[in-house]
Amino acid sequence: MSTHTAPASLGTPEKQITLPFSKAWEISMKSIKIRLGRSLITASGIMLGIAFFSSVRTVVLFPITQTGAAAEAARSRHSFLAIMALLVCFVGIMNSMLMSVTERFREIGTMKCLGALDQFIVTLFIIEAGIMGLFGSMIGWFLGWLIMVIPHMFGGGAHDLNRAFFGGSLAQAAQSVAIGLVITLIACIPTARSAAKMPPAAALRSEI
Amino acid sequence: MAANEYVVRTKGLVKEFRMGEESVRALNGVDLDIKRGEYLSIMGPSGSGKSTLFNAIGGLDKPDSGSVFINDVDMAQLDARELAYLRCHTIGYIFQTFNLLPSMTALENVTLPTVFAGLTTDDGIERGIEVLNLVGLGHRLHHRPTQLSGGQQQRVAIARALANNPSIVLADEPTGNLDLKTGEEIIALLRELNKKQGVTIISATHDYKMVDVSDRVVWIRDGKIAKIEERADIELAVGTIKDETAH
Repeated sequence: MSTHTAPASLGTPEKQITLPFSKAWEISMKSIKIRLGRSLITASGIMLGIAFFSSVRTVVLFPITQTGAAAEAARSRHSFLAIMALLVCFVGIMNSMLMSVTERFREIGTMKCLGALDQFIVTLFIIEAGIMGLFGSMIGWFLGWLIMVIPHMFGGGAHDLNRAFFGGSLAQAAQSVAIGLVITLIACIPTARSAAKMPPAAALRSEI
Repeated sequence: MAANEYVVRTKGLVKEFRMGEESVRALNGVDLDIKRGEYLSIMGPSGSGKSTLFNAIGGLDKPDSGSVFINDVDMAQLDARELAYLRCHTIGYIFQTFNLLPSMTALENVTLPTVFAGLTTDDGIERGIEVLNLVGLGHRLHHRPTQLSGGQQQRVAIARALANNPSIVLADEPTGNLDLKTGEEIIALLRELNKKQGVTIISATHDYKMVDVSDRVVWIRDGKIAKIEERADIELAVGTIKDETAH
C-alpha cells in the first residue's frame, strides 16, 4: 500500500466499476444457500401459485363431457380460475420479494459503500428471483399436472392420456414456467430497484 | 500543491431531518478541513450530528446545502457512477455493526470491493489474503462472519475497507459493539495502519479510548463544531474531558 491517492479528475471513461456476470451468479447462489429456508418458502409460494394455475389448465386438456352452453360455462369457469390462480400467485410473490429485499437493506447499503452501482444490486436480486421463479414454476407445473392426471387415470380416463394430451401438457409446461418467471420478475424488479436507489446511509440505518 | 494538503474539506454543511411537523437541523454549518494522513476523531454525544457528518463526508447521504470536497473534487458534482467509483477506490468504510455480508467468508467479503474495482479473481484473492494478514487474520480466511468473534469481524471489515488502497478510511463507532479490550486492539490496529500505510482515518465515536491516539479531535454539539483540539492539547486535557462529559 502507498500513500498516493486517486487523482482529482474522476469520471474518465477508463474508470469503470464492474460486476462480471459469473461473480454476480456466484454471489446470488451464496445468498440463496445461506437463506435456504427463506428461499424455499419464496420458491414454494411461486410453486403453489403455478401448481394451482397448472391444475386448472391441465383439466382443459381432457375431453369435454359437457356440450353446448354447459361446455361454454365450464370453459369460462376455467379461465376465471386460471386468472385467480395467477393473481394469488402474484400477490404472494410480491409479498415474498418485499420481505426479502427489505430484510436486506443493510446488505444493500453495505454493497453500495463498497462501490456497487444500483444496477449491481438489481442484477443480484434478478438472478436470485429468476432461479427461484424458474425452479418454483417447474415444480409447480408438474405438481398441478400430477394432481389432475392421477385421479383422472384411476377414474378410468387412462385412455385420454394420449399423444395429443402429452403434447398439450408440454406446451402448458412451457407456458406455466414462462408465466411464473415473468410474474416473479415483475414482482422483483421494481422492489429491488427502489431499494437500490436509497442513499446508502438510509439503507444502513434500517434496523430489521 | 497546498490544496492537496487536505484530503477532505467541508464547507457550510447543513442537513435537516423531518420529524413529523418539526424539522431538526442535524448539521448546522460545518466547515472542516481534514489533513492527508491524519487520524481524526469526531466526538460528540448521540444526536449531536456526528453520524450525519460522517455520512456526508462518506458520500452516503447528500447534505441539504454546503459541499464536501474529497481530494478537491466536489462530491455534489459526481454522477452515480463516479460516486460509486469514489466509494470503491478512495474511501473505505468501517461500521459499528461490522456489516459483513453473512453469505460470504472473510476472504470473499474482503475480495468483493476488488471485484467491483475490476481486479481479476486471482489478483483479488492475493490482495484479500494480503490485507487479512495485515489485520492479523491470515488464519481465518475461510470462516463466515457467524464463525468469528466481534473483534475478528471488525478486523475483516477493516481489511475490506483497505482492499482497494483507499486514501481515507471512515469509521463510524468502530468500537461501539466491542468489549473494552477488543476495542483497544481495534483502535491500536487503526492507529498502526494510519502510521504505516499513511491512510487518513476519520472516526465518528464517543469512545474516549479513541482520543488518546487521535491527531485531532473535533467536538460536535448540536450540529456545529464546538471545538477542535490538537494532539498536544488533548494529552493535557484528557482527564478533565472524561470528568466533564462522562454520562
